[in-house]
Amino acid sequence: MPTILSIKNLRKAYEDGFEALKDVSLDIEEGEIIALLGPNGAGKTTLISTVCGITMPTAGSVSVAGHDILQDYRAARSLIGLVPQEIALEPFENVINTVRFSRGLFGKPRKDGVVEDILRRLSLWDKRDNEIRALSGGMKRRVLIAKALAHEPRVLFLDEPTAGVDVELRKDMWEIVDQLRADGVTTVLTTHYIEEAEAIADRVGVISKGEILLVEDKVKLMARMGRKQLDVQLTQPLSEIPKALQAYDLTLGDDGWTLTYSYDTKGERTGITKLLTELAGTGLQLRDVVTRQSSLEDIFVSLVREDEKEAS
Amino acid sequence: MNWSAVRAIYVFEMARFFRTLAQSFISPVLSSSLYFVVFGAAIGSRIDEVEGVGYGAFIVPGLIMLTVMTQSISNASFGIYFPKFIGTIYELLSAPISFLEIVMGYVGAAATKSMFIGIIILITAFFFVDLQIEYPLAMLAFLVLTCVSFALFGFIIGIWAGSFEQLQLIPLLIVTPLVFLGGSFYSISMLPPVWQTISMFNPVVYLISGFRWAFFGVADVPIAVSLLAIGAFTGLCLAAVGWIFKTGWRIRQ
Repeated sequence: MPTILSIKNLRKAYEDGFEALKDVSLDIEEGEIIALLGPNGAGKTTLISTVCGITMPTAGSVSVAGHDILQDYRAARSLIGLVPQEIALEPFENVINTVRFSRGLFGKPRKDGVVEDILRRLSLWDKRDNEIRALSGGMKRRVLIAKALAHEPRVLFLDEPTAGVDVELRKDMWEIVDQLRADGVTTVLTTHYIEEAEAIADRVGVISKGEILLVEDKVKLMARMGRKQLDVQLTQPLSEIPKALQAYDLTLGDDGWTLTYSYDTKGERTGITKLLTELAGTGLQLRDVVTRQSSLEDIFVSLVREDEKEAS
Repeated sequence: MNWSAVRAIYVFEMARFFRTLAQSFISPVLSSSLYFVVFGAAIGSRIDEVEGVGYGAFIVPGLIMLTVMTQSISNASFGIYFPKFIGTIYELLSAPISFLEIVMGYVGAAATKSMFIGIIILITAFFFVDLQIEYPLAMLAFLVLTCVSFALFGFIIGIWAGSFEQLQLIPLLIVTPLVFLGGSFYSISMLPPVWQTISMFNPVVYLISGFRWAFFGVADVPIAVSLLAIGAFTGLCLAAVGWIFKTGWRIRQ
């Protein structure tokens, strides 16, 4: 797949000296869905704002389909659609005019068919003549998406699209993103819901403190970083790990009620058989045995923690 | 040049005007009618003629200017401040448009609105006083220039303002006094000599005088000076807008 968005050594320092982005480089391929994960204040919104032209980069370059966002901003920006994090809409205008306005603003001739199609897809067609202020929060978010799609962009930025949105709408959003992918639209979304990245993204990038810690294929990332844990729940609490089991990487938790064993699913030997045999040998009574797969969330938390440790 | 964007902004802004038709249309008509009744009929009956023109007719150009100037400023400043306030400015900043197109859209719409109101007042005036316009083309040219330059000025205020309070500050503290003291309701020659001299420092005097000349062929200051004054004001506003455009002042961090 060709690269549609190329970010090179991007830096952004605000006037007060705060460095929101430190040397960010990232290539995004055409047609993919990439999720940028990061805690609040990591620089996700600054990254999007800089690419979209809302803030000016301090150093570095960004190009969209080969068009530089500064030198060739008209061509670059006309390929981009942005759904901002906060709901920002003209309250007194109706839905269809607001969407038409966006299309015009991006230099596209009026095409009622295109606007109708977008509104229908977002279940907004019946509300087209309603004033924005009369819409529910979820509907307003849909209008924001409709506005971002009005000029048929090739790259769509969704800045925390499902923050404060109910479950149903979240599922709808994911479906919309999926449909857009079928049309060949590249989607970059920021989120702090790991579940969201896990559900829809092809690739995951982790940002913390203005730096990209990693960008990787979601499945590969989970396989590489994914460890499994085996919890052995006991009928009687232990005060310490029995001597016979000290060779294993065990932790005693839950006030001595649970022994946890971490292992790599991809290792040739997981060591489970031997551990369980020796466990039986100690005469401990087991109540239950549970295994858990670490989620993207665990991976994310451990990455950000590592980064913070290094920083301090 | 992204003309489609200019049109989009213009149409969107004009839609706001028509949504609030009562407010944008009836209120200037009503207030100017009140001026005609109070100044024209009540007070004007005691004032014979000013520079050979009946007082009722004499105040028409000043009244139009008064409304047009304040309307241009408030329309344009609100037009660009409101997107900043509610956050929709993000779309203007991320669109493939330059600052020039933003200015043309917003200032164009604001100037059109006040132009429209100015003409409405003129029509209203015909119902109250006996009026003829000596140089209609010059009158129109003055009206357009005033609408555009004050809309530009309002646009700058809107970009600058960080709160609704600030948005009102300059119009209230500077523009309104200047306009009232600029000879809207009197001729500068009616003032004592000292105040005549002081008035010469008020730029609005030149605009009202020029506009009045287009109606009656009489003026406080030579017409060339009036033209120069409005040209200079427009140039100043354009330069300020150009500087904002270059630096992204108060718009783009």
